[in-house]
Amino acid sequence: MTSAGVTARRVALHAPTWRADVVIVAAAIAVLAYLTLFPLAILVLGAFSSGGSVFDFQFTTRWFARVLTDQASFELLANSLAYAGGSAVVAFAMGTAIAWAVERSDVPLRNLWYGIALVPLIVPGIIHTIAWLFLLSPEIGWINAPLKGAFGFSLSAYTIPGMIWIEGLHSAPLAFVLMSAAFRTMDPSLEEAAAASRADPWKTLRRVTLPLLLPTAASVVLILFVRTLESFEVPAIIGLPGRVFVYTSRIYLALKQYPPNYGLMAAYASVLLAISVLGLLLHRRVTRHAERFATITGKAYRPRRVELGRFRFLALAGLAVYGLLAVALPFVVLLYSSLIRVYTLPSVENFRELTLKNYSFILEDDLTRAAIVNSLKLALVSATVVVAITSVVAWITIRTRTPGRGLLDFLAFVPIAIPGIVLGVSLVWLYSTIQIGIYGTIWILIIAYVTRYLPYGIRSMSGGLAQIHKELEEASTAAGARWWPTFRRVTIPLLRPALLAAWIYVFIVSLRELSAGILLYSTQSVVLAIRIFDMRETGQYTAIAALSVMMIVVLVALVAVLQRLGGRTVQAT
Amino acid sequence: MLEVERLRKTYTTDRGGVHAVEDVSFTVEDGRFYTLLGPSGCGKTTTLRCLAGLERPEGGVIRLDGRVLSGEGRFVPTYSRDIGMVFQSYAIWPHMSVFQNVAFPLEVSQDRPSKEEIARLVKEALALVGLEGLERRPAPQLSGGQQQRLALARALVRKPRLLLLDEPLSNLDAKLRQRMRIELRELQRRLGITTVYVTHDQAEALFLSHRVAVMQSGRIVQEGRPRELYASPASPFVADFVGDATFVPGEVVDGGVRALGGVVRCALSEALVPGAKALLVLRPERLLVHAGATGGPNEFAGTLRVAAFLGDHLDCVVEIGDTVMRARAHPAAELRRDQKVWVELPPDHCLAIPDDGWRPRALTRTFEQDTE
Ligand SMILES: Nc1ncnc2c1ncn2[C@@H]1O[C@H](COP(=O)(O)OP(=O)(O)O)[C@@H](O)[C@H]1O
Ligand SMILES: [Mg+2]
Repeated sequence: MTSAGVTARRVALHAPTWRADVVIVAAAIAVLAYLTLFPLAILVLGAFSSGGSVFDFQFTTRWFARVLTDQASFELLANSLAYAGGSAVVAFAMGTAIAWAVERSDVPLRNLWYGIALVPLIVPGIIHTIAWLFLLSPEIGWINAPLKGAFGFSLSAYTIPGMIWIEGLHSAPLAFVLMSAAFRTMDPSLEEAAAASRADPWKTLRRVTLPLLLPTAASVVLILFVRTLESFEVPAIIGLPGRVFVYTSRIYLALKQYPPNYGLMAAYASVLLAISVLGLLLHRRVTRHAERFATITGKAYRPRRVELGRFRFLALAGLAVYGLLAVALPFVVLLYSSLIRVYTLPSVENFRELTLKNYSFILEDDLTRAAIVNSLKLALVSATVVVAITSVVAWITIRTRTPGRGLLDFLAFVPIAIPGIVLGVSLVWLYSTIQIGIYGTIWILIIAYVTRYLPYGIRSMSGGLAQIHKELEEASTAAGARWWPTFRRVTIPLLRPALLAAWIYVFIVSLRELSAGILLYSTQSVVLAIRIFDMRETGQYTAIAALSVMMIVVLVALVAVLQRLGGRTVQAT
Repeated sequence: MLEVERLRKTYTTDRGGVHAVEDVSFTVEDGRFYTLLGPSGCGKTTTLRCLAGLERPEGGVIRLDGRVLSGEGRFVPTYSRDIGMVFQSYAIWPHMSVFQNVAFPLEVSQDRPSKEEIARLVKEALALVGLEGLERRPAPQLSGGQQQRLALARALVRKPRLLLLDEPLSNLDAKLRQRMRIELRELQRRLGITTVYVTHDQAEALFLSHRVAVMQSGRIVQEGRPRELYASPASPFVADFVGDATFVPGEVVDGGVRALGGVVRCALSEALVPGAKALLVLRPERLLVHAGATGGPNEFAGTLRVAAFLGDHLDCVVEIGDTVMRARAHPAAELRRDQKVWVELPPDHCLAIPDDGWRPRALTRTFEQDTE
């Protein structure tokens, strides 16, 4: 039926005699606009003000002029694009190769690779970055020390290629997840038809599979690009010491310099925001086109696998190398570093003097303890609030025709375009101007997290709701149930997998969050990732290693348990 | 009694308004089985959903037992209407057991019965549809036919005034559909529940209903008892949709129509006067193919193109001049392809109706037609 798309969106389950739905939607719009649009408006205003706050607003274009014409600004743009573009390509290439091998070839141990490829999704970026610093630091890196000894040169992490490699390796699993979904939902008969036309597997791949995947591939590259552009961990931990500046780290510097330059910070943030929005608009264009291709269906198929023959073990070796680089090596280097007193390269003496001192230090450190408690509080509250808001918003936008529902959907999606650090800048502006006493408390972090994760909640809920046939709810109304009994007894139970998946996802990413909080925290609201960031500045690397090992173990175990409890795979993007 | 007057419903889509239901009026007497019949997209479901209150019509009045459900400035929400509804997808709640599914309408009702009463009523409803003993079963573990019965039990458990069914049999396989058809008919006749049924299957409509309304593009084009619709269709569309028909255009003469190179004696619909353009409606199951002339009235010679054995008859395609028609022959008849045959058109079973220009879709379509 040609109107299926329309029909699915325009379902009527109105409570028509009672216009409370309009009131609810208006309230929801007000809340979401306050969370998403208002800070951005203040941000842009701030970028045009020479005063320190919106109240002593004095119009100036000075900051933008500096950001756009400064000769360092060209370098900043070039660095940002090179870093983001390079990482996107590296991540895409690795992720796609793994996805193809796992989904479409007969490489051994396929299920194992799913698990391994997902671990980096769980490990916080800051931990991954620090682990690779242990490996690639020019003098004492595990990889560089032997290289230098043998060949007299080293691969410095503190360069753009180094940053690209480290970030690309960490984002590869995202590409893997998205591309393997694309491989799985592509109608295999299209490829079989190629085979039936006597195309060999290589030709089929080149002439049919890849062209069909092109729109999806473009969208994945764009997502990776925007996400890398927003990333803060690698730019701050590797870029700053290496004097390779990108937008996120530049914004951070503008606040950390003395005296902090709020106007400049806001101007940089506005530019980053603009690039990010541009990237996402482009993404929308690409994916809208992809729909027209209509070869990628929602159905899961069971395609025939390419027999690799004697290349089978070569492919296995390739996957093993990835597993080694992305998971095993970083973990081992952290584990080792966490067990020694002072960081040095592995040696026989070191192994004789292994100690648990770092662990006891971490567990007795007041700030770290506070960080653990704060992180847990934040994760619990954010996950719950996001799920509560988005389940209602998704229901309104999908199941009703209340006016304003389109705006509601849009507002809940806006934060996807706001880099974490930009959100941080906006909230700094907002709550240092409007002093309602949350600046420097955990509440401002809660606001930041909730805002940041609204889009993920909405996506999970809308997806879940769209899968619930509307007749299941209508049957309840026809059976005499009003809105609330229907929502409580039919909608929510059916939505439970989506609810749980969204909750778990927000919970986990909240525990890892760094960039949204880095400009907002105070000593009383420090969280785990920020605690690691701080300890690094004071050079406590062995303590960081201990905390990282604990976090990785706990997070992986947590995800495993929560998934058991009924969530689906923690979805990426 | 259900009364529907001048019902109108328009959907707004990205590509403008869709007039799904236009000016539909009908009345269902108490205890009657009333069917809305028509091709896909003609507005049957929309009409039914308006009756249920799942859509809000922008015009017209719906009354049940004299009480306005919709229209005249009032709109009774679905949950306050005394209805039971069976959805095309059955809409069985997968997170509930069989018992919980059926108990739901009782549990959410304003005057909720006691626990024992609910258990008794559920049991009764399940027995009615032949699902007794499956109470504890999780609903997703039922087969298609059982889910269909469950949906029916759930719709009946409240003993509603009005039962609404939207193509409830269309998801079943052919054999099961036959059986459910019989059971549904018996159940409705026994309970005497006022029923509105939606289908695109004319055999189902004729079999089940006291009255049938044929819909086309959002309107009811003819309404009546099944045999009336079959015997005296008002338009080519209805003639084609209710039963099989071959159409032969011709000119009205006294007592018949000039066509097939002669005059076909037939019944003439009232509007037809001599000289008018008419369309002969010929039912294949009424036309008899003979190997030789019998000398009876309305006999025309032609060439046999197809004769396929179907058990109780031979299904034939005969060419008379440039008209191709389907007809039947005795199963024992010795007929060969391309031989000369005589087709008998019994005058009692031939009808001429005004030709409004409508024609069924040709079997061999052009590419343009397919992609439109
Ligand atoms: N929710 C809707 N939004 C827009 N158009 C719709 C919607 N539901 C039905 N329609 C359109 O209204 C017409 C009648 O639909 P429907 O009542 O479902 O037909 P039927 O049940 O007879 O197949 C069709 O053209 C259909 O595309
Ligand atoms: Mg329908």
